Amino acid sequence: MIETRHLNKRFGRLQALDKISVHCQSSQSIALIGPNGCGKTTLIKSVLGMVVPDSGDILFKEKSIKKDYTYRNHIGYMPQIGRYPDNMTIGQVLDMIINIRSYQGTLDEDLVREFGIEQMKNKRMRTLSGGTRQKVSACLAFIFNPDVLILDEPTAGLDPIASEILKEKIIAEKQNGKLILITSHLLSELDDMITQIIFMQEGRLVFHKNITELHAETGENRISKAIAQILKKQKA
Amino acid sequence: MRTLLCLTLMLSFVSTTPAKTIRVGETEIFKTITSALKKASDGDTILVFGGFYKEGNIIIEKSISLIGIDMPVIDGDKKVEILSIHADYVTLKGFKIQRSGHASIGDPAGVKVYDSKHVRILDNYFYDNFFSIYIQRSKHCIVKNNRVVSLGVDEQEIGNGIHCWKSDSLLIIGNYLSGNRDGIYFEFVTHSVIWRNISENNTRYGLHFMFSHNDSYFTNIFRNNGAGVAVMYTKHVTMMNNTFIENWGDAAYGLLLKEISDSYIYNNRFINNTSAIFLDGANRIIVEKNLFKSNGWGMKIQANGMDNVITKNNFIRNTFDISTNGSLVLSTFDENYWDRYEGYDLNKDQIGDVPYRPLSLFSVIVETNPPAMLLYRSFMVSLLDKSERILPSLTPDNFIDNIPLMRPLPL
Amino acid sequence: MIRIIKFVILDIIKNKIVLAYTLLLAIFAWSAFSLEDTSAKGVLSLLNIILLIVPLVSVLFTTIYIYNSAEFVELLTSQPIKRNKIWISLFIGLSGSMAIAFFLGAGVPLFIYTEPSLSLIMVSIGMLISLVFVSLAFLSASITRDKAKGIGMSIMLWLYFALLFDALVLFLLFQLSDYPIEKMMIGITATSPIDLARILILLHLDVSAMMGYTGAIFKKFFGSAEGMVIAFFLLTLWVAIPYYISLRIFKRKDL
Repeated sequence: MIETRHLNKRFGRLQALDKISVHCQSSQSIALIGPNGCGKTTLIKSVLGMVVPDSGDILFKEKSIKKDYTYRNHIGYMPQIGRYPDNMTIGQVLDMIINIRSYQGTLDEDLVREFGIEQMKNKRMRTLSGGTRQKVSACLAFIFNPDVLILDEPTAGLDPIASEILKEKIIAEKQNGKLILITSHLLSELDDMITQIIFMQEGRLVFHKNITELHAETGENRISKAIAQILKKQKA
Repeated sequence: MRTLLCLTLMLSFVSTTPAKTIRVGETEIFKTITSALKKASDGDTILVFGGFYKEGNIIIEKSISLIGIDMPVIDGDKKVEILSIHADYVTLKGFKIQRSGHASIGDPAGVKVYDSKHVRILDNYFYDNFFSIYIQRSKHCIVKNNRVVSLGVDEQEIGNGIHCWKSDSLLIIGNYLSGNRDGIYFEFVTHSVIWRNISENNTRYGLHFMFSHNDSYFTNIFRNNGAGVAVMYTKHVTMMNNTFIENWGDAAYGLLLKEISDSYIYNNRFINNTSAIFLDGANRIIVEKNLFKSNGWGMKIQANGMDNVITKNNFIRNTFDISTNGSLVLSTFDENYWDRYEGYDLNKDQIGDVPYRPLSLFSVIVETNPPAMLLYRSFMVSLLDKSERILPSLTPDNFIDNIPLMRPLPL
Repeated sequence: MIRIIKFVILDIIKNKIVLAYTLLLAIFAWSAFSLEDTSAKGVLSLLNIILLIVPLVSVLFTTIYIYNSAEFVELLTSQPIKRNKIWISLFIGLSGSMAIAFFLGAGVPLFIYTEPSLSLIMVSIGMLISLVFVSLAFLSASITRDKAKGIGMSIMLWLYFALLFDALVLFLLFQLSDYPIEKMMIGITATSPIDLARILILLHLDVSAMMGYTGAIFKKFFGSAEGMVIAFFLLTLWVAIPYYISLRIFKRKDL
């Protein structure tokens, strides 16, 4: 569904993406992991068209996204830090996005309901806590029922209950046959949600493996342990 | 004594044959003006009825009245001088005189008056002549209510509307002049009056004075001429109640004064001229109670004059009120109203408490560097002007109105 | 796109700064016309507003607004919307608000107090100048991510066009006073939108002075129908080119 071909991106001296080629299919739930500054967010933003790669190409449903923007109709994006116009209320932001997208299908308001967004509708964005912002971002990512969900550190800042609600939602959507891309530092959280792992380091793709494959290789059941083992092996 | 008077009266009556009236027209005995003139003697009246008369040069050598009825046309066929007057007490009235010869030698005219006295030219329409009315070495002549229209394109190919040379005591009244080289031209003409004329769209000057002393012109309108009115090499001229309007152009002035002295400019209106008055070598001129409004320059004063008095005038909405080319000022500028004046009047005597300096720094800059005009009204220039007003350093410091008025004078 | 423009304009109205600007212009214009006994002086006050205040407010407000709406822009770029559309919506919203603010604040009293030909030219020039400086603000805001730098650049642009440029021209005039530079000066003024605007208005205000001497050359150029069209075209270029460059930068920008 999403394929990147030899993506390169430099920010000054930093090589944020170094010939990244990955291929993601629908019904997959992929974890993008790696140390800080390894290029995860840059990769995600490239797929979203927010960062323009220096070279390489990105295909969405076998079509290049250069000079195309309609493909974003099929993507729900939840940013790491949701930034919204300060003096708009939650309700206005939701309305505005819904309004601008001119979406025809039925809205998926599960999260809106479960997070209790309705009750906070008139709060201005500048008054919100980081967690509440994340809730708004999550709602916006899921509300249009997209084929692809890109979630950048989705549970960071969320309280345990909200976090659990979101996880449930992610698993449910995975079962609906959607492609889900998640970045997270909390490897322990990922266990139930994902089917594949993309590991990046210093802008390069270290590996892209099936989770069962990984378990078989390392003999570990937990993702965090498996990764730790692989890293140890690399060093050795 | 009384009998003597009676006798002389009777004698004079007897000696002159009674004046007769001769009629000229298609249905009259005389078909041409020339033939009628031959028959006429001094004191006669020739009535010319409406029609078209093309008789070459018509010479009038008798003191007669030549009067047109229903505007007869006398045509010069672009070859000749149409009427030549060589006699005193001639009256010419009610003709359309058109198409005189055009030549650079001899200056052919519609009507030319040679060395005569008491000639009157009234109510005629001059159309497309080289010179229209030409008066030379004559005295006590009247030119009144004529319409003088020429089709002036080029200065060289057209003469003046009313051209007076070496004459004295002329009256030029109520004429309309358009499309000539100069509307009215005076050279060596003295003791004459120009009154209530309208002179517009002439290619050079609306009115032009050369070496003509002791003359006056009142209540005339000079509009949109090549260069307004020029008074040159002249003394004792009185200019009153005239309107100088829209004399626009590269070297255009409302009133150009060159080498002139002891003259009086009173109660005139200067509106929308590029330069309202240009004084070059002007001495002892009094400029009083005039209105200067919406001109490019109110007065341009060259530094080669002295003892001019500029007082009780209104300066309103001129781009520059005053400009000069030098630093020496020997004229006074007291008691005028300047709409740019920003001073105050604490004792309420209608006189500003701080003197006004009508010469702006920028006008000095433009005088030496004309393209700087492009920067006019820019913030830079306003800043320069403001600072110069507060601390004069470049503009001559005796260029000053010590009694600036707070309100415009009722003119 | 119309929806985005609507959001931008609603946001600007909520912001209240543009409303205050409109009110300020109105107070200034009405008092200028009613305090002075002749409308000519009021026109001159308004001329200074057009040449100084309007550019400053336009360029500063726009720059700050663009930086403050970075989040909004970022939010929109992740949505299925063309980047062109986001940028042009922002531009139309901002330039529209500034132009309307000028029209309501200064235009209405101008139309009431001055003759139609003069008010028409002053209003259209005032609105065009607003657009030019909105466009310049887009340029400086797109060049740098740093808000302080961007605002600094905008202020420098304003300072340059409002003050320094004229000083440079004056300096040049004196240096080259021995040469026939009148025609060259026409070319030079075309490189400053404020000077273009000023000369266009000057030709209406100081016709008499402009008819004489070198003024005639400028009059012949700017006063003719073609000259007017060219001058307005140049002003339009001053709107279009900075905006176009900023759009190019924005399209390649990483958010």
